Parts: sequence; structure tokens; C-alpha cells
Amino acid sequence: MREMFARIASFFRAEKMDQDLDAELASHLEMAVDENIRSGMSPKDARRKALAKFGSIEPARELHREARGLPALDTLLQDLRYTFRALRRDAGFTTFAILIVGLGIGASSTVFSVVNALLLRPLPFRDPGQLVWFVNHNESNGLSGQTVQVGHLLDMREQNKSFSGLAAYMAFYGVGDNKLTGQGEPERLTSVPVTENFFPLMGVQPQLGRQFTAEECKWNGPKAVLLSHGLWVRRFASDPGIVGRALTLDETPVTVVGVMPASFDFGSIFAPGTRIDLYSPFPLSPETNRWGNTIAIIGRLKPGVAIQAAQAEFSVLSEQLTKAHPRDRNELDAKLSPLAEHVGGRLRPALLVLSCAVGVVMLIVCANISNLLLARTATRQKEIAVRIALGAGRPRLIRQMLTESVVLSCCGAALGVLLAVGGTRALAHLDAFSIPLLQNVRTDASVLAFTLFVAVLTGLLFGLVPALQVPAVALHDALKDTSRGSTEGKRRSWTRDSLVVSEIAFACVLLVGAGLLMRSFLRVLDVNLGFQPERAATLRVDPSGRNLTQAQQNAYFDEVLRRTRDIPGISAAGLTDALPLGRNRSWGAPAKGQVYAKGEYPIAFVRIVSDGYVKALGIPLIAGRDLSERDTPTTESVIVINETMARRLFPGQDAIGKMVVACNDNGRRVVGVVGDVRHLALEQGAGSEMYLPIRQCNDWSSVELVVRTTLPPAELAAAVRAALKPVDPNLAANEFRTVQQLVDKAVSPRRFVVMLLGGFAVFALILASLGIYAVISYSVSQRTQEIGIRMALGATAGDLQSSIIKQTLSLAAVGMLLGVAASWALARSLSGLLFGITATDPVTFAGMLVVLTTVAALAGYLPARRASRIDPMIALRSS
Amino acid sequence: MPTKLDLLPGTLDVMVLQTLATLGSLHGYGIARRIEQISGDQVLLNQGTIYASLVRLQQRGWISAGWGISENNRRAKFYSITKRGRHQLAADAAYWQRLAHVMGSVLALSPGENR
Repeated sequence: MREMFARIASFFRAEKMDQDLDAELASHLEMAVDENIRSGMSPKDARRKALAKFGSIEPARELHREARGLPALDTLLQDLRYTFRALRRDAGFTTFAILIVGLGIGASSTVFSVVNALLLRPLPFRDPGQLVWFVNHNESNGLSGQTVQVGHLLDMREQNKSFSGLAAYMAFYGVGDNKLTGQGEPERLTSVPVTENFFPLMGVQPQLGRQFTAEECKWNGPKAVLLSHGLWVRRFASDPGIVGRALTLDETPVTVVGVMPASFDFGSIFAPGTRIDLYSPFPLSPETNRWGNTIAIIGRLKPGVAIQAAQAEFSVLSEQLTKAHPRDRNELDAKLSPLAEHVGGRLRPALLVLSCAVGVVMLIVCANISNLLLARTATRQKEIAVRIALGAGRPRLIRQMLTESVVLSCCGAALGVLLAVGGTRALAHLDAFSIPLLQNVRTDASVLAFTLFVAVLTGLLFGLVPALQVPAVALHDALKDTSRGSTEGKRRSWTRDSLVVSEIAFACVLLVGAGLLMRSFLRVLDVNLGFQPERAATLRVDPSGRNLTQAQQNAYFDEVLRRTRDIPGISAAGLTDALPLGRNRSWGAPAKGQVYAKGEYPIAFVRIVSDGYVKALGIPLIAGRDLSERDTPTTESVIVINETMARRLFPGQDAIGKMVVACNDNGRRVVGVVGDVRHLALEQGAGSEMYLPIRQCNDWSSVELVVRTTLPPAELAAAVRAALKPVDPNLAANEFRTVQQLVDKAVSPRRFVVMLLGGFAVFALILASLGIYAVISYSVSQRTQEIGIRMALGATAGDLQSSIIKQTLSLAAVGMLLGVAASWALARSLSGLLFGITATDPVTFAGMLVVLTTVAALAGYLPARRASRIDPMIALRSS
Repeated sequence: MPTKLDLLPGTLDVMVLQTLATLGSLHGYGIARRIEQISGDQVLLNQGTIYASLVRLQQRGWISAGWGISENNRRAKFYSITKRGRHQLAADAAYWQRLAHVMGSVLALSPGENR
């Protein structure tokens, strides 16, 4: 220990200690000379004898340094100095190597930071491992199928033994449901109603103010809201005095009781891609119980309780509760999963694919730089030979080579970190992407640690092959070999070729992966949505004023539609309460008079719409008529259903004129059948859907105006706002969305993966082609003389070119053969991400082969052309 | 003339310690001369190597050093053994004596002798 400190100290005081030693050695020699003179020698002999006795001075110094300091560090510093000199000398190579390592490491670190945020880092709650997500039935059923009724929550709280608490939020909150008026421009805000214990259960404290009180969480209790951090900053300029102020929400005064911290972002966890502005109290009361399945539940397990045990308990409990309430409640079938799994789990396969892809990219980078280093070693043979001659051992030389490669990769990593910082910033700002926790993606300490690890690992990896080649360079041969004409060692060219082959094989795998996902993505975009998003746009137009009668509402709707349709350039307009790919709910919807077996009771997705909606969204009318403005409370109750529903309820019959029970108990006459719409997701077919006339059924919570138009969006917003001013002077300014945006958001996770993977594949392709190019042009330059001789003997430029291109293509062919085999095996693991194609999609594989062959041929052609222009006379004289 | 003895690793350190323990404060040259004299010039000692040993012992805290003036009025660095150095010397001396004894016994075995 003491010695270690002393050694470190002397390492930093090396100069001083050397001087000290020199003085000591000098005095030693003087004393020896003195003594020799005293014993009768001549001064000259005395000095000679003293020196002889002393031995050589330099090794003594060296020994002294080794004994006192840190010899390993000394050598390392020497190696580093040497490395920097060598790399500076070869600036072109260095720049290129740093660039591609930087790109590779930048990509790896960015992907790692996404994986870190979504899968590795714990959720930003207290003891997130204890949090459990509840799903009723299963997740593919639309929100009504997944959510739970309030009464069930209360009973589960009472009766369960596994959880220390169960909290919930109302899952049917609507984006922009609350209109803020009073200060500044009216604005539509999104509010999530949460139960009283929601924030305590998650372990989140308001940054300002307090949480909801029990009183506020009663039905018709005092109106209170908590602001999200984002809204507080954006709309209220971070006003610290906001707590206690009253806001006007939907023309009702509401008290701000607190502000949530920036670290709590409800949207990024429970509703990716949605901006949540407010939290309001959700009462657990008989009134909310009557709303049916509305809440999403989160539970906190008691310490030591396993989720499997809790699931077992809740399976029994669900059955009991369902049996106990056959009439007044919906069925309960609680399925439990860790909250982290619910949030990040869906993206796990995609992230896994991305991680593997980025790993493959790094391997290609390594192969590429290995190859360049090999070529460099070859040109540095003399330098190496000289160092060996001067006494550098092989281990020392290998260490020197590895130092060089690690230094290269660390420089690359520095660039990579910059890229990763940029990359993560860009990703964190992809607001429109419905990917959870994306805002939390950042370059933090763990990402930096990862980067360093990758840098050293890649450095060693790509340095290893060239470093191990060093001892193969025979000292004697290297010093003697002055001509470039001699053929290079078989072994080295074999290494070089296999590196290129592996690069091509890796690129092949990436291209296939990216190709498959890209084709799936295109297939998804190609899906027949059932509506035409192009040129359709939507705007929230909920009627203002509370407690309007149905007649007043209908008058408002008539007026809005009439005025909108009068705007030139608008070809159709209609109203709806639910847009495709957004919120959805389902109701029981049997044919009137029909009795259904248990489990076969028909359920349909509900849209409450006006006349013109179907036309505005471009949904085809198959039979009968659209709803009309004359479908009012005073006329017959009617309904429009989709094809699937018509087929399910009335198989083999004409649905028009039949009766369906929905929204009221007397049945509605089917007046029209329309095409199916992909309402849940692009990848998922439609179930039964029904369209109820908004003038007969006022069970809606929001009203969207949908228009089909040729106007550009900006002009449209102004025109609609102007037209509707007389009806609603407080129309909120924001939220004029095109329907295309809804579709884009729905495919955004897929787009995200395709974007990244496509980028990696392109990078891999470039690297592989550079690799081929480098190897072929190196072999051409090595063979200049041979080529010269061939040309002198009558080979034509064409012969030479074709032989070189043949050499290139045979390399590429071996690589592609391996690559296809590997892709064939690996593509199966992608099958969960594919849509509309199989993992062995022949088009993708063929396309990849064509692309790679073309690129390889091109990469081989350039050196081939150079070779064919060699002047045989110059080539022969070149040595 | 028989070739001189190569020093086994670690022996020089012990010799230096022992020299300082018996003679008190001494400079590098003096130590080197003393070892040569004691060993009857049987040891192959490059005087220069002694300085690596000295700095090592110093760093381990077994000897201390300071500049002073020699008997011939030369400036020289003088070394003296520390308390810890004496402990170390005792341990090392015991070790070498045991080793020498064992080596002596082993080498004393003559052919045919059974035990």
C-alpha cells in the first residue's frame, strides 16, 4: 500500500527523481575515482576502472525507474505517444476510421439509450416493481373490453389480500375534452380523471400545492384540478402563485390545487403520444358505477407477494364478483401483469431486433477497420521490422497495435457520444410517436458507461486480427523485400478475404431484416382502412353551454353543419363522437327479439354520428341510405351498421329494415350498411361497428366535425373558424387535425423501427461496399506488376476488368450465400413484427441479392477500371 | 579464475539492509564497496544496480535517505536503516538461514545413503 503510493508519487516526480539519481551516481563515481587514485592509479585509469566497476549507466537508470515508478503506465504512455504520432501521420485513414467507428458507436449508444429508457430503467415511481396493471378480459378488445366497472374496483379493494392498494384512472377521458376559457385564447385541454389514491399509490408528490382531498373525490364534490408540469410552464409561465386560483373549464370554475412535477408524465407511460394537461378527481360512486366499464386499474402488491399468487387470487375473486352481480354489473376477468411489462413490453421484440441490428452494424464496422488496419500493417512492415530489430518484443508490438486500435475506437466513441446526444434529443422530441417513455430517452451515465465498454471492446476486436499478424511478419524478409511486385502472404490475403466475406454476410442479414420490416410497413400503409384519410380534417366542436336540451343541441348541430357545408371547397361535412384509430367503446347490440347463447352476445363498437360523416370520411355506403338530418327524436329510431355486423346479426339475409337494440330498448331500424373501418389499429380487422344518429342518441362525450376538402389545412382552419363564429365565438384555436395525422400516429411505432433499421441497413451496405472496394483496390495495387506483365503479353483491358470483377463477385457470392443462410434462420424471429408477408418473403430476399450484387459489382468495377488503365511499361519499371 | 556468483533475486536487498544495520548511515558507494569486501569479491555486482535496490527499500519504508557530506568532502546521499527495516531484516535473515540450512542438508546427501 505504502509502496504503491510511493510509486505513484515518484511517477509524477519522475524528472526530479532522475536529477537526484544523476547527482547520486555522479558522486558515486567521484568517490570511486578518489579511492582508486589513493590506491595509486593514474587519474585516467582510476576513472576507467570506476566506470567498469559501476557497469553501464543507462540500465542502472532504467532499473531505478522500474523499481520506483509505474513501469506499466510508462510503457502505456510511450505507446500512446507513439500511437498519436502514427495516427497523425496517416490522417486520411485515421479520419475515416474515426468516422465509421463514431457512426457505429453513435448508433449503438442511441439504441442502447432507448432500450435503457423503455426496458432497463425502472419506471419513475416508488418501488415500481410492485406496481401491477389490470386488464379485464384481454387487450385486443377495445377499451370497453379492457376496463373495469367502478363497483368491481370497490369490492376488489375490500376483499383482496395481495395488494396494499388499488388505484384507477378513467380510461375514457378524451383528448381535448376540456375547454379552457377566460385567460387568453380559448384552448382545448386533455384531462385524466384519477382516483383519490392514484398519486399516493404511485408514490408521486405534487411539485406545488397538494393532492385531491376525499371531499373533492365525491360525486358533485368541489371542483379541483392538478396541472401537469407542461401546462403550468406553457400556459401559466410557471407562475408559483397558481395554486388556489380558479380556472374556467367548460364554463365552470375549477380550483387549481397543485402542479405535478416534470418527472411525472402520465401520457408517456399510459397514453404514449398524448399530451396530458390536467388531472381531475374521479369519484368512485354509484353514479360512475352506472357508466359501466370505464376505469383502468393499477395495484401495488404487498411486499413479498408474487404476481402469480395475486393472479390466482384475482381469478377466483373475478368469478365470484361476476356471479354475485349478474345484472347490475359487467363481467369481470382480471388479468394481471407487471406495469413495466404493460408499458414497455409491447416494444420489446422490436427493440430486441434493433439491438441485434446495431450489434451487427458494429461487427461490420470492426471487420472494415480490421481490414484497413491489415492493409496498413502491410505497408508498415518495415517500420515494424525496425522496431523488432531495435529490441521490441512481440508482446510489446502486439500491445502497441492494440493500443492504436483502442485509441482509434475511443476517438470514434467521442464522436459517437456526440451523435448519441443528438440522436437521443431528436428521439425524445418525437411527440407524435406513440412510443412510451420516449421523452425519457437521454444520454445518461449508464449510456456513457455502455459507450466506453463498446469502444474498448470494438477496439480490441478490430485490432486483434491485425495485431496477431505482426509476428507473422518475418524480420528478415520484411527488411529485404523492397519491391511491391512480390506476392503477399497467402495467409494475410485469406484473412482479408474472409473479413470482407463476413462483412457482406452481415450486411445481407441487415438488409433482409430491414427489407422485411420495410415491406411490412408498406403493406400496413397499403391496408384498406375502410376510409380515406387524404383530404379529410377534423375539429372539436362540442356545443358550449351546459344542460342543453336535445332540441337545442340538434339546432346547434344543424347550424354547424349548414355553415360548414357553405364554405367553398368543402365537399362533405359530418359529426362524430369517435374518430378512427382513437378512442373506442363498445356496447351490446343484439338483433331485436333474438336470444343468444352465453358468450355469443353480440357486441359492437359505437359511433354516434350525424348525416354526412360517412361521406366526409370516405366510408363507402354499401346498401340503404346514410343517416339524415331528419332522423330526430320525433321520427323513427334508426341505425347504420357495418358489413361485419350485418353478416353477424343477420347471416344470409338483407340487413336493411331489420331491428337492432342499441342506445334505447325499443330497437332501431337498420337503414344503411357501410363498409368496415379499421378502427383499432391498421393491422387489425374491424369488428361489428354501428353508427347511431347524434340527433337521437346523446350519449356522447365529445363532438368532432369532420370535413372533406380541397383546401390546405391552414386556410381551412381560418375558414371554418370564421364560418362558425356566430354559432360558437369561443371555438378553441388549436387542434385542427388532418385524418392523415391520426393514421400516421397509429403507424408511428412501426415507422420508428423501420426508420432506424433502414438507416442501419444503409450504413451496413455502405460499409460493406467500402470494404469490398478497399480489398479489391488493394489487391490491384499489389499486383500492378503482374498486371503490367499480362498486358504486355497481350491481355486486353476487357480481360483484366472482367477477371477483377469476377474476383469481386466471387467474394460477394460467398458472403451472400452465408448471409442468406443466416437471414433465413434469423428472419423467423422477426415474424411477430411482420405484417402481410412471411419471414421468407422471396421478394425481399431477391431484392437484397440484387442490391448487394450491384453494389459489389460497382465496388469492384472502380479498381478494375483503374487496373485496366495501367500502362504496362510504367508498371514493369515501377520497381 | 572461477566465475563470480550471480545474485539471486532479493538477495541484494538483504545485503543492503544488513550492511546498513551493522555500519549505520552510509552512501551508495560505501554500501557497494562493503558488499564487495564482505563477499570477498565473489559476487558479480554491477555497482549501478544497487541504486534500484536502494530506492525500492526506501519506498517500502525500510531505509531512509538524506544528502550529507562524505569523509572526503564529497556531497553524497546517505542511507540508514529504519525500525521497520530492522524487523524486515530479522525476518529475511531467518528465511535465508533456513534456506541455506536446507540447501546444505540436501546437498550433503551422498549417493547410496538411505534415510
